[in-house]
Formats: sequence, C-alpha cells, structure tokens
Amino acid sequence: MISDQLVDLSRLQFAATAMYHFLFVPLTLGMVWLLVIMESVYVMTGNVIWKDMTRFWGKLFGINFALGVTTGITLEFQFGTNWAYYSHYVGDIFGAPLAIEGLMAFFLESTMIGLFFFGWDRLPKTQHLLVTILMAVGTNLSALWILIANGWMQNPVGAEFSYVTMRMEMTDFWAVVFNPDAQAKFVHTVSAGYVTGAMFVLAVSSWYMLKGRDLEFAKRSFRVAAAFGLASVCSVIVLGDESGYTVGEAQQTKLAAMEAMWETKPAPAGLTLIAGINEAEQKNDWEVDIPWVMGLIGTRSVTQEIPGIHDIKAANRIRIENGIHAVVALEALRKDRDDAAAKAMFEQHKADLGFGLLLKKYVVDVRQATPEMIQKAVDSTVPRVTPMFWAFRIMVGLGFAMLLLFGWAFWSTLKMGCAQNPWLLRLALVMLPAPWIACELGWFVAEYGRQPWTIYGVLPTHLSVSTLSVNSLYGSLAGFIGFYTVLLVVEMYLMVKFARMGPGSLGTGRYSNEPVHTPAHA
Amino acid sequence: MIDYETLKLIWWLLVGVLLVGFAIMDGHDMGVGTLLPFVGKTDTERRVVINTVGPHWDGNQVWFITGGGAIFAAWPLVYATAFSGFYWAMLAVLWALFFRPVGFDYRSKIHNATWRSTWDWGLFVGGFVPPVIFGVAFGNLLQGVPFGFDDMLISTYTGTFWQLLNPFALLAGVVSSAMITLHGATYLAHRTEGHIQARTVRAGVGAAMVMVMSFAAAGAWLKWGGIEGFAITSTINPAALPDPLAKTVVRSADAWWANYATLPALWALPALGLLGPLLAAGLMAARRTLSAFVVSSLAIVGVIGTAGAAMFPFVMPSSTQLNASLTVWDSVSSHLTLGLMFWATLIFMPLIVLYTGWAYRVMRGKVTEQFVHDNEHAAY
Repeated sequence: MISDQLVDLSRLQFAATAMYHFLFVPLTLGMVWLLVIMESVYVMTGNVIWKDMTRFWGKLFGINFALGVTTGITLEFQFGTNWAYYSHYVGDIFGAPLAIEGLMAFFLESTMIGLFFFGWDRLPKTQHLLVTILMAVGTNLSALWILIANGWMQNPVGAEFSYVTMRMEMTDFWAVVFNPDAQAKFVHTVSAGYVTGAMFVLAVSSWYMLKGRDLEFAKRSFRVAAAFGLASVCSVIVLGDESGYTVGEAQQTKLAAMEAMWETKPAPAGLTLIAGINEAEQKNDWEVDIPWVMGLIGTRSVTQEIPGIHDIKAANRIRIENGIHAVVALEALRKDRDDAAAKAMFEQHKADLGFGLLLKKYVVDVRQATPEMIQKAVDSTVPRVTPMFWAFRIMVGLGFAMLLLFGWAFWSTLKMGCAQNPWLLRLALVMLPAPWIACELGWFVAEYGRQPWTIYGVLPTHLSVSTLSVNSLYGSLAGFIGFYTVLLVVEMYLMVKFARMGPGSLGTGRYSNEPVHTPAHA
Repeated sequence: MIDYETLKLIWWLLVGVLLVGFAIMDGHDMGVGTLLPFVGKTDTERRVVINTVGPHWDGNQVWFITGGGAIFAAWPLVYATAFSGFYWAMLAVLWALFFRPVGFDYRSKIHNATWRSTWDWGLFVGGFVPPVIFGVAFGNLLQGVPFGFDDMLISTYTGTFWQLLNPFALLAGVVSSAMITLHGATYLAHRTEGHIQARTVRAGVGAAMVMVMSFAAAGAWLKWGGIEGFAITSTINPAALPDPLAKTVVRSADAWWANYATLPALWALPALGLLGPLLAAGLMAARRTLSAFVVSSLAIVGVIGTAGAAMFPFVMPSSTQLNASLTVWDSVSSHLTLGLMFWATLIFMPLIVLYTGWAYRVMRGKVTEQFVHDNEHAAY
C-alpha cells in the first residue's frame, strides 16, 4: 500500500517546484507585451529612447526568463517521475495539450527569444518587431495549453474510463480545448501575469523617479505600465469572477471551502466577507455577510441554491458507497475481461468509480471498508476551509488594492505632469510584491482546493503517485529546494543589480550610471 | 482517419524523429558545452564559443521538452514507467540541465573570473551529463529493466540506481557522449576560426575515434557478449486496445538481431553509425565544416536507428516480469489521441524547422573575438 508519507512528500515536491516556477512565469507573460508595446512605439516614431526601453526591460526580462525556463523543465517531466500512475491513468488526455504546447508555442517562444536578444543588428526594425510579437504570442499560447491541461484536472470533460486499458481515454478533443474552466482560467491567469509585468515596470520606474535619475526613460516606462496595468487588473477581476462562476458549476467543494459555507443557504446566498472559522465543529462562530452577492457570482441567478459543505458531504457519502461496487467490479474485470456480471455491475456504478477509489487510501480491499473509513473518506472530499477561505480573500484584496494603485497611476499620467506625486511612487514601490503574492495564492486556491483529487471526481491524489521510496523523495525534495534556493539568490542578486544600474547598463552613453568600459581580454 | 495499427507504427517513427531531432539540435549545443572549457582558453575565447549557440540553445532545448510531452501524449505508459523507474537518472538530467539557461544568460553579466569560470563548468555539466545518461538509459533498455505491473497497472521499479551503471550501459554512455561531442565539434568548427577552430577540430577527431570504437564494441558485446534480447511469442493483434499484460515474451540470444535478418536493408543504420563519424572527422579536418555537420547528423540517425531497429517492437522490455514489457503495440494512447497528435506534429513540425532555419540564417557566419568586443553588454 502507498504510504501517506510518500503522498505528502510527492505533493510537497510538486507544490514547491510548481509554485517556484510560478514566481517567474507571470512576469514573463506580462513583460513580453510591454516589450511589444515599447518596440512598436520605437518602430512607429523612430525615437531611440523607446528602443533603449525595449532593450533595458528586455535585459531584466531575460534574467527572469532564464529561471522560468530552468524551473519549467522540471514540470514537464515531474508527472512521469513522481506521478506515474496519474500519467498512465490520464496521459491519453493530459499529455496532448502538453505536447501541443511544445509544438505550437514553446518552440516559437524560445526560438524568437534568441533573435530578440541577438537580432538587433541583424534584422530590419520591422522584422525585429515581428520577432518580439511572435515571442509574445508563443508565450501566451504556451499559457493557453498549460491551462487547458490544468482546466481538465479541475473539470474532466470529453473523456471516459476504459477497464481494458485501465485508464481515462479522450472522446472529444474540442470539449477538452473549449472546457469553460480552462478558458476562464486562461484569461484570468494571463491577465494576472500582465498585472505582474506592469507592476514590476511601474515600481522600478517609480524608484528611478524618486531618485530623480533617467527621468525621460522612467516617465515613459511608468506611463506604459500604468495604462497596461489598469486594463489588465480590470481583466483579472472580471475573469476572476467568471472563474468563480465556473468553479461553482464544476467544483462545489472548492467553492464551499473558499466561502466557508457549511450550510446550504437559501437563494440568493450572501457573500461572507470575513468569518471566524471553527473547523472542529464545522461551523463559523461569526461572519460578516453581504446579502445576495454570492448567489449572483456562483450561479448567475437569484433562485438557484449553492450547496453547503454538510450537504455536499452527504451527497458524496452516497457516491462513495456506490463507488465501492464500481471498484469491486473493476477488480473482477481486470482478472477476467469477459466476466458478464462484473461488467453489468461496473456499467451501473462507473460514474462513482473515483469516489470508490478514495477508500484505497485506507484499505486495499474496499469491501473491507469500515464505517470509520467511509466517514474519513467523506470528510476528505472537502479541503480544509481555513486556508482556502483566507488565501482567497487575501488574493482578492490584493487585486482590488492594485486596481486602486493602477487607477491612481493612470489618472496621474493622464495629467501629463512632469513630477509624479512622490506618495504614488512610494506606494508603487511598496506594492511591488503584491502581484506575486496574489498569483501564488491563486494557484494555491485552485490546486489545494481540488484536493483530495488530482483529477476532480476521477482520480484521487493518493493513488496518483509513483511507487518510490520515501528516502528517494526526501533526497529529491532536498535537492530541489537546495538548487532552487541558490538559483533564486543568484537571480535576485542580478535582478537588483541591473535594476539599480538602470538603462545605463546598456552601455549606450545616454544614461546615468554608465559602466566603466573594461577590456574584453581577461 | 488512419487505422490504429498504422498510427502505432507512425508514432514509433515519430518518437524516433523527435529523439534524433533532439540529438541533432540540442545535441550540438550540448556538444559545444562539453567542449567549452577545453577549446576556450581565455575569457574572450569562451565567450566566442558560447555565442555560437547563444541565440539558439533555448529553441533547441525545446526538442527535449517537446520530446517529453510527445512521449507523454503518445506513449503514456512509457512516460510513466521509464521516468519513475529511472528516477535518479532523470533527476540528474534535469539538475544538469538547470545550469544551462542560467549559465548562458548570467555568465557574462558580471566581470569576475571566478563567477565566469563557475558558470563555464556549469555549462560543461549541462552539456556533458545529459548525453551520458541518455546513453546509459539506452544501454539499460537493451538489457531489459527490472519493473512490473499489478492488475491495476500500477508500475513498480525493483532495481536500484547503481544497477543502471553496469558496464554495458556505461559503454553505451560513452557512445552517446562521443557522438554528441563530435556533433558539437562539427558545429563549433563551422562557426569559429583560428585557434578555437583548430582545437575544436582536434577534439572532434578524437571524439569520432572514440565513437567508432565504442559503437563497434557495443555491437560486438551485444552479439557475442551474452546479452539476451526479447521476443514476443504470442500472437499480437496490433489493432487491439493497448493492454501490456496480454502478451507472452521470452528472452533469447539473437532476438535483437532478428529484425536485421528479416530486413537486411537495416544494416545501413549501423554502417552509417560506423562510417559517419570517420567521414565527419575527415571533412572537419579538411575544414568542410558544414558537410561535416550534415554527416555527423546522419551518424546520429545511424546510432539511434541501430538501437531502435534492434529493439522494435519493444520500447522498454522488463527483465523481471517479461510479459509486462512495453512495446509500440500496447503502451500507446488511444486511437483518437494518436491520430490527433499525428496531425498536430505534421502541421507544426515543418513550421518549427522553417523558423528555426530562419533563425540560424539570420545569425549565420563566424563568431569572432571582434564580435564579442563590439557587443560587450549585449552578447553572452
């Protein structure tokens, strides 16, 4: 039997490597469009300061991109190394978007990034701009296919289980592609990336202005970032709401946990702003509600109810009990593919197979499951409420805070005043970490909120792991953490160093802080 | 829609194409990484070497990523079983590859000899280690891997990491490393001049000799050294739903040579693997560097093709639960997914070749010390 420790360590390793990767991805997603905007202005106006902006922000983009690539390599292979049964069980569907991502998007992005950095003197202006645009398109298509894959984990449409091959098989590719979960997630996630890129440029430009250096360069950068950031943050919030709606449809457990909704409330439900969550007694000791709002977000209606945790668990208990029959029949069919009685039994209960498999965490032969085990399995179907509730609220709070900041920054640039308000500049600098925190919390809510499943309602996390030794996991986890920590320190060092040097680091002779020319022969 | 059996065959070829594509494209910059500390003596020389692949290594690395994704999509059981079974080997590849993106991008951003030399050795590790491990992995596939499945197809690897490092597998690692070093040398010779080029040619000729000898030795070992191949004895229905436990497999001394007996034209592959390196070395010495690169690429086709043709239809034979061996017939994804991925590959692969070719064209010509001087702040 698979040990809980192995599962926990495998989850921890995946979470660590994925969240680490996601420190770099949003900045790439956003900055790449800022580079497109800046270079377009350069090509249209011929004003060389816009070329310098493209190249300087591109330098910082490159420092970040290197770690995005490094940490991305891990993720393409970690499903195989650490989640072997998952890879077998759903590879028929999940593998396709990953492979298409490589073919359609990542090749394009990675080939063009080379020309972006090295092609300035080799390509005519317009062709170089085309390279930058293709790099941006590749980056965003990459996010699209990854989120199609992730969306399918949240809402597994267009596929069914085969007992002969012992896995899920794709039945409708377009259903997988146009999965509403995936589409809402894609726009929400890339917009969050755009906000991150805008925040980064806004904050670093603010710092130059506070220091009173490279003002022409900084003001233009600030203006682009403010406009792009404002549009993006609006998109994040609107599409976040759309995500909320699709979650409400596909994953009631996640929504209930996010909102700490223990009981089903009469429609239209109120939105709980904050609450004192009591996990032990499965209730809120107190809560502050805004009437109607949750019902509108979650169901787009005033009459439909949103089920609470207690009702969801009661429904899941029935599915687990049915699922036992599905698992038993499947095990018989694996021994004898022609067992007619087992086939009939399986057909009748196969919709609840995943729920039956939840019991495999507690017992090898699910027929031996005791009422206590079933109770544990039922309780496990809803993730812990406290981390979900607060992670979600902090994310949304930061989103609205950034809306205010970008609104202020945009309004301030519209006035075209030469000197920006120093309080605005200081606020922009202080808010620099906000998008990263929000992005990480967003991933947390999406992925922790899907537990106890890797594929929602289909494959329990517990069954998905590779049958490795616990010691192997300790070793690899330590290796990843060690490696990534060193790399992060190096990256931060370079990022801060070049951000402080500013556009002078290009060595054009037009800015402050020009580097002293060192002889090339060492 | 193409029938299932044909698609299974096509995907065996396509995975071969992706592997060869990876070895040719990512292989040449890994070869350059392997040569870097040895053919570049001064900092500027090393920057010249690095900048020959500077604009391209990232795109080339996607062959590796896409190869992984394609195996996931087309052969999910292979992806699951091989990467979890070869856990530490796979992590060693990933960790070695970590040095490349940061090594390339960060190395020349700081003027400090220790900093730069550290990243140079990092680039060496990122170029040297993966080909060795891939070779070792192939060496193990040819001998069978200790893994099995239970009724629910949960796989378990019963060997250890150290077991992978057996003498035959290490020899295969030498073949692979020499092949990639030679290939990198042909490319580097094409893009450099003077001292760097002369050193590169010398190193490349050496690598070619090692490659020919180790490849011949591996063949002889396989033929006379007591390594048994695998063969399916039950009837196989290639169009059936994939079920890796439904066949009977036996081991026999000449099973890996059976395909060559049935289809003698296949001998062209090992011939290419033996003669290609010699020809590539000769061309390189005569400074016909572009031809040398092409011939070296053909030698890669020969070496990888030799192993693939010997093992067909096996992909990952099991040495402990013979019937659980993974083959092109029974470890694949569904008919729909194979068809879909075939069309996706057919559409995008030519586009990739096209814009990659364009990128190389834009950046063509020798990379010189003058180039590094002129691009002090922009070049790697």
